Amino acid sequence: MEPLERIIGQHPFFVGLDDDFLSLMVSCAANLRFKPGTYILKEGDAADTFYLIREGKVALELFAPQHKPIIVSTIGIGEILGWSWLLEPYRWKFNARAVDDVRAIALDGKCLRNKCEENHDLGYEVLKRFAGIMEQRLDATRLQLLDVYAVGR
Amino acid sequence: MATSGTIDPMLPQPYLVREVFKETPDTFTLRLDPENAVNETVFRPGQFSMLWVFGVGEMPISISGDPALHNRLVYTVRSVGQATHSLVNQRVGNGVGVRGPFGTGWPVEAARGRDVIVVAGGIGLAPLRPVIYQVLQNRKDYGRLVILYGGRSPRDLLYREELAKWTRNSETQVLVTVDYGGLSWRGHVGVVTTLFKYSRLHPARSVAMVCGPEIMMRFVIRELEAAGLSRDDIYLSMERNMNCAVGFCGHCQYGPHFICKDGPVFRYEQVRALLEKYEL
Repeated sequence: MEPLERIIGQHPFFVGLDDDFLSLMVSCAANLRFKPGTYILKEGDAADTFYLIREGKVALELFAPQHKPIIVSTIGIGEILGWSWLLEPYRWKFNARAVDDVRAIALDGKCLRNKCEENHDLGYEVLKRFAGIMEQRLDATRLQLLDVYAVGR
Repeated sequence: MATSGTIDPMLPQPYLVREVFKETPDTFTLRLDPENAVNETVFRPGQFSMLWVFGVGEMPISISGDPALHNRLVYTVRSVGQATHSLVNQRVGNGVGVRGPFGTGWPVEAARGRDVIVVAGGIGLAPLRPVIYQVLQNRKDYGRLVILYGGRSPRDLLYREELAKWTRNSETQVLVTVDYGGLSWRGHVGVVTTLFKYSRLHPARSVAMVCGPEIMMRFVIRELEAAGLSRDDIYLSMERNMNCAVGFCGHCQYGPHFICKDGPVFRYEQVRALLEKYEL
C-alpha cells in the first residue's frame, strides 16, 4: 500500500508546499472507506475536514422540499472534496454521498485553517490553490446553467 | 462527391427507410438503403447529406453510420421542427430523397499513428460515430482513443449500448457525463469539460475532434489548449442553415467560408476568430 506521505505529497494540491507543513498534514490524515449510499458530509454540519478522493465517485446533493435530492455534480478520483472548512461559518452547504465504493484521505481542515491564520504565506498558498478549484467548478456550473443541449439553444 | 449514382448534386436520389430506432424521447436513428443498386454510397466520417421528405422539405443531416458499409446510410435525427419531425416519423419502406454526401470530413486518415480524442455534446456524437467506427476497425493504425461525451440527462444519451461496448476495447477510454442526473444514475454529473481531469491525454501525439453546441465547443477548446494541444490539432464541426449544400446559395456563409462546402469540419485555427464574433 502506498504511504500517505507520498500520496499527499504528490497530489497537485500539495506539490510545492513546505515540507514541515506537509508532515503536519500527513500526521493527522486518515485513510477512510465509504460504502455506496453513505453520506460523507451533511448540509449544516460543522466543516472541519476535507477529503482527497482516491477511488470511486461522490455525488454533491442538495435537498429541495418535496423533491428527491438533486445531484449538483460528482467528484471523482484525484479531486478534493470540501472547502467550507476554509470559510466562515465553517458549515457544509451540500450533502456528499458515496455513489460507489469510495476510498478517501481525510485531512484536518481545522488544523490547516489555524496554520493559515498563523502563517499568512501558507494561507495565501492554500487560498490560491483552493481558488483554482473554485474557479474550475464555477466555470463548469456556468456552462451547466446554460443548458446547452436543450431544444432551441 | 462520392455517390457514384449522383450526376447532378441538386437531384435527390431515391432511398428507402429500412429501420427506425428510437435513441431518446426525441432522437431517432434511421437506416436508409438505396432504392436502386446503382446508388452505392461512399462517405467520409463527418460528411452530411441533404434528406428530402417529399411534400415537406429538405434538411441537412450528418451521417452517423459505419463508413465501411457502402450500401447503407445511417442518420441520427433530433425531432425539433416540422421537417425533422416528419423525417423521424417515416415508416419502414417509405421513400426519402438523398443528396450528397457533402462537405469536408474529420481528419481520420491524417490521424493515423496518433491518439484520437473525440469530444461530443448531445447529438454531436452522431457525426463523430463514424470516426469511432473507423478507428476501432483499424485499431493498430491509431494510438489511444479517448471518447468524452456529455448529455443533458441519462435519458438523452445516444448509443448507450455502443458506449458500453467501446469501453471494452483496448487502449480506449470512454467517459460519459450528464448535466442533470437522477438518483439512479451512477455515472458522472457535470458538463463535458469536467471529464478532462479523468482523461489521460498525450497532447503532442493527439488529434482532437469536437462536435456539439458552439458554446460547449468553446469551453472544450479551452480545456484542450490547457492540456497542451496545438490549435492545428483541434477540429470542430460547425453548423449553420445549409440549403443548397454545394456553395451556391450562400445561406450557410460563415465569414469567408461556406459551411456546406468548406466545412462542416474545420481546423480550429480556420474559424478561431469567427467563434469569438457575436451574431455570426
